[in-house]
Amino acid sequence: MGSEVKMNPYLPYPAVIEDIKVETEDGNLKTFRVVLEDKEERRAWRHVPGQFAMLSIAGKGEIPIGIASSPTEKGHLLFTVNRAGVVTTALHKMSVGDPIGVRGPLGNGFPVDTELKGKNIVIIAGGFAFTTLRATLLYMLENRADYGKITVIYGARTPGMLLYKEELKAWQNRDDLDVHITVDREAPGWDGLVGFVPTIAGQVKPSPENAAALICGPPIMIKFTMPPLEEVGWKDEQVYLSLENRMKCGIGICGHCNVGPVYVCKDGPVFTRQEVQRLPVEF
Amino acid sequence: MKPLAIEKTLVEDWLGDLCDDFDVFSPSMTKKGFYDWAPFQSGTGLQVPTGVPKSSIKTFFFPQPEVLFHFKASVSDPDAYRLKEPDCQERKALLFGVRPCDARSVVLNSMPYEPDPYFQARRKNTLIVGLLCKESCSTCFCKWTGGSPTGREGMDLALMELEDSYLVEPVSERGQALISSTIFRKPKEQEISLVQELYARKNGEDAASTLRGKELMALYEAPFWNQVSQSCINCGTCTFLCPTCYCFDIQDETLRGKGRRIRYWDSCMFPLFTQHASGHNPRGDKIKRVRNRFMHKFKYFPDRFGPVSCVGCGRCVRDCPVNIDIRQVLSNMLGV
Repeated sequence: MGSEVKMNPYLPYPAVIEDIKVETEDGNLKTFRVVLEDKEERRAWRHVPGQFAMLSIAGKGEIPIGIASSPTEKGHLLFTVNRAGVVTTALHKMSVGDPIGVRGPLGNGFPVDTELKGKNIVIIAGGFAFTTLRATLLYMLENRADYGKITVIYGARTPGMLLYKEELKAWQNRDDLDVHITVDREAPGWDGLVGFVPTIAGQVKPSPENAAALICGPPIMIKFTMPPLEEVGWKDEQVYLSLENRMKCGIGICGHCNVGPVYVCKDGPVFTRQEVQRLPVEF
Repeated sequence: MKPLAIEKTLVEDWLGDLCDDFDVFSPSMTKKGFYDWAPFQSGTGLQVPTGVPKSSIKTFFFPQPEVLFHFKASVSDPDAYRLKEPDCQERKALLFGVRPCDARSVVLNSMPYEPDPYFQARRKNTLIVGLLCKESCSTCFCKWTGGSPTGREGMDLALMELEDSYLVEPVSERGQALISSTIFRKPKEQEISLVQELYARKNGEDAASTLRGKELMALYEAPFWNQVSQSCINCGTCTFLCPTCYCFDIQDETLRGKGRRIRYWDSCMFPLFTQHASGHNPRGDKIKRVRNRFMHKFKYFPDRFGPVSCVGCGRCVRDCPVNIDIRQVLSNMLGV
């Protein structure tokens, strides 16, 4: 994991925004395609799905953003960013060709090449927390033979709030993938599933047999998704969650992101639900 | 490495000589009526207070602010917004009269800061001439935290004050190099035996080993946190004075086309410390912030690194405006 160790872990790689795509109807989510300027650094970059990077805008600051591209997509990185604070607002105002910095990859990522190998995979996502799970899903599809059945349950408030709409369509047409896309309530032109993610999870009833679930979404969604899973026999150690907290250094020093004894930036962001249950609720 | 001795009357001369190669700092009485770290000035008379100066020596390893990067902030510049590391051609620093608790704090902070090039460069560039303690203040409790009034951890030289002289023990190679001058003489038998007697004093129990054995959530959920946090006003005084509080924030500043990315001390006592951009705050309640500070020092840190992240200097006890006593909190935790 990780590219060559840099001498200064606070120094971002110089990079350029190559493309910007507005993802959602409210315009609040954009996907930035970012290319590291240096050819060698670009070639040496390695990450694991589920890892994140610090996006740096000199003069504004840095923010931790999950890497939405799969390691199998070479040459560029994707970051889907919700406009929320100072840095993300500045980022949303930037244009193609503008310089930014990328510091990473940081964190642990999903254990795609170890614990998850050979397992049936259930990906459950809500809202814009789908980003690193997109990276994970793409990685698994590129290495399809390494995994058993793959089930995706993904929901958003409205059809217009779904991320990666074209890819969703393509995935729904694959026969090696079981995809359930849902929106919170009926909407004109929507003929897909309607209902909250936990409800759909209860209908799909994914089997816990030799399986792992990767869940990303708002805390309230995760909370209500667990009972239907537990009902069909899922255990906490089979469920992987990705936590997020305010971060500054990204390397386990500055003290902002700790949840009890663990640093989300360094020990996480991916934890099993069993690990999370042993921690204070400070996330 | 063998100890030497120096007459008290010659210490100022020695420090004066060291000023050729180092920026020398020592505790000095401020106009505000307390001792604090200041550049050493020959001829003003050396002042060595009992106990620790007002602020800790973390400022020499972790200054506020630390400039992480410079950048140009004018669009016309082809190099605009490209982060450049600052030149670290600073003079070497030497801290004289550092008490064992403060010297040890540098060793403890070095553990989380292992991958941090700025801290490590300053550590390499800063020598610590320690002054062992013969007496302790009412707020001192280094013995509880794995330290000792005669502990030499983190020092390059360790001085022990005697009647008319100091016994000077080199602790590191670079400390040894500081005492090559003829100002130093061989110690007398009596001086050595006096110091050995002081060294032999017994230390208290090390809290870290007891706390490492305790169950995390049992400590977290203990009822006394409510009482401790009630009086806390989240002023952050404890965290700023604490030698082993090392949290920081990173911010960018720009002025007239020039920018810099800086880091400076931050405090887990402040609500904004953990607040997400969404407004959600994992430690929005005061009790959570107060508990996090003590749990970090006495449980999270020792579980990860071994020792407790507290050196028993007593600064937080001395200056807390609402008289929260960390020793009481530690006792409560040990009692869980």
